[in-house]
Amino acid sequence: MRRATLDVSALPSLVFGARAPIWWGVVGLLLIEGTALALVAAAYLYLRLNFEAWPPPGTPPPRLGAATADLVVLLASVLPMALVDRAARREARRPAWLALLVVIALGAVSLALRIPEFHALGCRWDSHAYGSVVWTTLGMHTAHVLTSTVENVLLAALLLAGPLERKHYVDVHVNALYWYFVAGTWTLVYALVFLGARWL
Amino acid sequence: MTRVALTLALTALGGCAGRPAALDPAGPQAARIAGFWSLLLAVSIAVSVVVLAVLLDALARRRGGSLPPPPAVDPRLERRLTFGVAAAVVLTAVLLLFLFVASLRTARALNALGEPDALTVEVTGHQWWWEVEYWDSAPARRVRTANEIHVPVGRPVLVKTRSADVIHSLWAPRLAGKKDLLPQHATSLWMQADRPGMFDGQCAEFCGHQHAHMRLTVVAEAPEAFQTWLAHQRTPAAEPTEPALLHGREVFLAGPCALCHTIAGTTAAARLGPDLTHLASRTTLAAGTLPNDLGALAAWLVDPQSVKPGVHMPPAALPPRDFQALVAYLGSLR
Amino acid sequence: MSVVAAPDRDGEAHDRAALALTWATPRGLRGWLSTANHKAVATRYVVSAFVFFALAGVLALIMRLQLAWPESRLIGPDLYNQIFTVHGSTMMFLFAVPVMEAMGIYLVPLMIGTRNVAFPRMNAFGYWTYLIGGGLLWIAFLLNVGPDTGWFSYVPLAGPAYAAGKRVDIWAQMITFTEIAALVAGVEIVVTTLKFRCPGMSLNRIPLLVWAMLVMALMVIFAMPAIMIASTMLAMDRLVDTHFFNPAEGGDVLLWQHLFWFFGHPEVYIIFVPATGFVSSLITAFARRPIFGYPAMVLALISTGFLGFGLWVHHMFATGLPQLGESFFTAASMMIAIPSGIQVFCWLATLRSGRIVVRAPLLFALGFIALFVLGGLTGVMVAAVPFDLQAHDTYFVVAHFHYVLVGGAVFPLLGAILFWLPKMTGRMPSESLGRWSFAVLFVGFNLTFFPMHRLGLAGMPRRVYTYLAQTGWAGGNLLASAGAGVMAVGVLLFAANIAWTPGRGTPAGADPWGADTLEWSVPSPPPAYNFVYLPVVESRTPLWTTPTPAVVTGLRTDVPEVLVTDAIDATPDHRHVLDGPSMWPLLTALASGIGVIVAIFTPWGVTLGAVLLLITLTGWFWPRGVPVSDTARERA
Repeated sequence: MRRATLDVSALPSLVFGARAPIWWGVVGLLLIEGTALALVAAAYLYLRLNFEAWPPPGTPPPRLGAATADLVVLLASVLPMALVDRAARREARRPAWLALLVVIALGAVSLALRIPEFHALGCRWDSHAYGSVVWTTLGMHTAHVLTSTVENVLLAALLLAGPLERKHYVDVHVNALYWYFVAGTWTLVYALVFLGARWL
Repeated sequence: MTRVALTLALTALGGCAGRPAALDPAGPQAARIAGFWSLLLAVSIAVSVVVLAVLLDALARRRGGSLPPPPAVDPRLERRLTFGVAAAVVLTAVLLLFLFVASLRTARALNALGEPDALTVEVTGHQWWWEVEYWDSAPARRVRTANEIHVPVGRPVLVKTRSADVIHSLWAPRLAGKKDLLPQHATSLWMQADRPGMFDGQCAEFCGHQHAHMRLTVVAEAPEAFQTWLAHQRTPAAEPTEPALLHGREVFLAGPCALCHTIAGTTAAARLGPDLTHLASRTTLAAGTLPNDLGALAAWLVDPQSVKPGVHMPPAALPPRDFQALVAYLGSLR
Repeated sequence: MSVVAAPDRDGEAHDRAALALTWATPRGLRGWLSTANHKAVATRYVVSAFVFFALAGVLALIMRLQLAWPESRLIGPDLYNQIFTVHGSTMMFLFAVPVMEAMGIYLVPLMIGTRNVAFPRMNAFGYWTYLIGGGLLWIAFLLNVGPDTGWFSYVPLAGPAYAAGKRVDIWAQMITFTEIAALVAGVEIVVTTLKFRCPGMSLNRIPLLVWAMLVMALMVIFAMPAIMIASTMLAMDRLVDTHFFNPAEGGDVLLWQHLFWFFGHPEVYIIFVPATGFVSSLITAFARRPIFGYPAMVLALISTGFLGFGLWVHHMFATGLPQLGESFFTAASMMIAIPSGIQVFCWLATLRSGRIVVRAPLLFALGFIALFVLGGLTGVMVAAVPFDLQAHDTYFVVAHFHYVLVGGAVFPLLGAILFWLPKMTGRMPSESLGRWSFAVLFVGFNLTFFPMHRLGLAGMPRRVYTYLAQTGWAGGNLLASAGAGVMAVGVLLFAANIAWTPGRGTPAGADPWGADTLEWSVPSPPPAYNFVYLPVVESRTPLWTTPTPAVVTGLRTDVPEVLVTDAIDATPDHRHVLDGPSMWPLLTALASGIGVIVAIFTPWGVTLGAVLLLITLTGWFWPRGVPVSDTARERA
């Protein structure tokens, strides 16, 4: 049987960016998580309407120290993560894990800062609706920092110790997207929870 | 088989006799909605008929036999179809716009009912009864009753609604659309009856076990009759004269009843349950579930769970003589 | 040494054998538990969904039996409240959305000319998660701790103050399972559709069913988070004393309604949109012409997807919101009738200008048109605030949504099952049994639900376990209950047809209907790898335009390799190896399942689940392939 053919054997099997299905998978995940966070933010604004004073009387506005430091840390971590991304695209093993270790260290700092941040809220999750929504917002973002850092650790271990396959470079590269999401959403959470209490 | 079919057909027709409540308005709000419904119905019937006609016409051209190969596309036919579909879409948009404007106008008319210094009734929803309070600037002149809203014919009444527990919804379809009773935000609804009568309603937001038995009655009467009723409701409970009734009042005050209910003129002043001062003047018991007679009252008190499973009222566990006296006393509270 | 496919006759037989080996699922129980084949996963998803449909249908019959006579004492309020809650929750979360997504998981790879979905193991994980969630709900119900506050679970009734015990917490966590499964399937369909289409299948050539599945999947991604957030907030209010919905501490009961309906309204379009895809496929096949107005149909689907997110407040018209806001939502709710109308008019134009041959699947599509138009019209009615204030929360609305969900989604689904059953099983269903089941279902459905319009206007609210005799509602209720019995017969006839087919139906061959899309070019049932050689398409109706298309060569047959193409115009981009079978998706579902179920009782369940997930996800992604110092053949 003679049929016209389209020979794809010369096509590559390792690609990065929007060419790769896993990139789309991660983007899908980020859209889902982003929507969830946006809805919690909407709930925050909606609940604000039930209060005369915000935060409610008896609760001070959240102290800014730890959260601002966290903002600096997470924004700064974008640079080493971008280096990880670049190294992964070039399949450069050592620069990739070196930069990733820096990101992990900064992630650990961010996680450590969470403890004073929760304290800085000045109330408990069961104090009132304000407490519930700020704890939940901060908690959701903290979960993302934790998950992303754990993933960074596992990938760093893989880069360091192997057995490393070429396709793992794509995983390292799309993992950067998740970290950018974590850092980016922190600016929004910071603005809403820590500054919002003063401005809204 | 035919007997069953006939029975079904007759019951169905029996159910069809008379107009349904929402389309049998007794006041201007329901009347405006019923008028708007006629418009919606007319448009819907027209659209359905046209769509079904086109569908049946297409089907009439069907072929039998096996599945033929797909025909070539005819550009002229495609152009005509394009025109037809486009026209249908434009017509749909126009119809929807027309209905939208009609909706806006109806909504405006509904919201326009009202007058300053209108009679104000505050209805608070409870699981599973309606607390009704007639507001007055002088607290001593306020009237509290349950499960019945009396209104004067021909005057708009402002019903302010809220809930003491979960979300309920006040709905008397012959008079007006419904309004939810929320535990947090006050809502309200304007209502007016244009003829005297009794108009049924029922809670229309699922509120727990006895949502099905949370009915209310709106009683519309001539303005003078209404004032008479209101004045009577302001009076404290009738002082019992007979020994049996006196004993009944003692039983009421000494037992758990007084922990939840008010009878004005006695020491019972709790507000967890309905106000019983003029219990016997109401048309129903247990939020429309039972007729208001002594037998039903006795059945309700001795075993509330058998009437409304899940209800919060405990049974009246009393020796028979005390129980009979209690029932007689409550039955005397006109 | 890799093996490259080449389609001369000997080469083809060789390639077929190699592909069969490469894409095979291991035999036995282990194979059944570890398969990552989209058809196997989708088939069990569809079967499970129909089991839940039957269970929820039995609940409906029980409700109709209870309501057939006034003041019936057959079922008390506590059991009735569980029954209607579990009926609604099962139909919406365990049947309607899963079955639509599952049909997508089965059909989309075949229709776009690829071998599997984008993330085969994640697909399997989604199914197991769904199954655990469904099991949780039904085991709870059978143990008399089923949720009892409605599928919509309004607060404060469902909050800690008024809903004692764990019933609502079980409901909230069932949501978690089913929404994770739905989101997983949603991402699968989006990525598969955008990246795995065969060469030549640009976006303007994909079948309308694939467009419908794509729009649905995108809606899932943006709608499901709302119910996850809402149910999590409810679970937290109940378990750890947060105050999201507690008015006493500044929470808001309407916040629940906004969050729920922001999910809830798109949810019904998530169910409806794929059904329109089925209808397009059925009408194309049985009117023997492509659907008229492809661009308009696509625009209609996309605008339905967007508009569907702008309607949710129409469920809250009775809560006393500002009039201006309500008017906006009336306008939006009426406006969505326009894209639906466009679809109906295009289908009618197709039917009118085609050569209709009536077969049972087409009957379901035609029944759909009649029922959906009725349901859509009552939808326009309740979109208008004044009328909605009478109809809201009454049996009028019950009638409306059953017309659009049963008429508008289940009828097309049943037609789709009959249509694709030959492909899935290799056997033809009985045509006469198919027609009878349609007729009985159509009559039974109308008998059941048409009287409910009147019952609602006569004052009968929803969610009542009984009613007083003097209301006059008995006649309509008896009729509806009789109709439910007829519907049950129709369902049984349909089920009998499905059960009968695999054993006794005539062999179907690859293309029994002479249809136009790619799935009809492979054997029935399709081999695990779908196509020996991926096709190259040149039109929207490949099998009608190009019966012997060009094919893709050069993909490896010794590893599960597929072709990834450009998202818009499907030009070949790169070769990609997919995951094979694995036990880790099941283990991961169990891990998260344990965490979620423990979280019903204590927040430490979250921690436990996280730890277990860490273990199973590490196992899942543990590298076991070829190390970096590999294949000189590869070029990055």
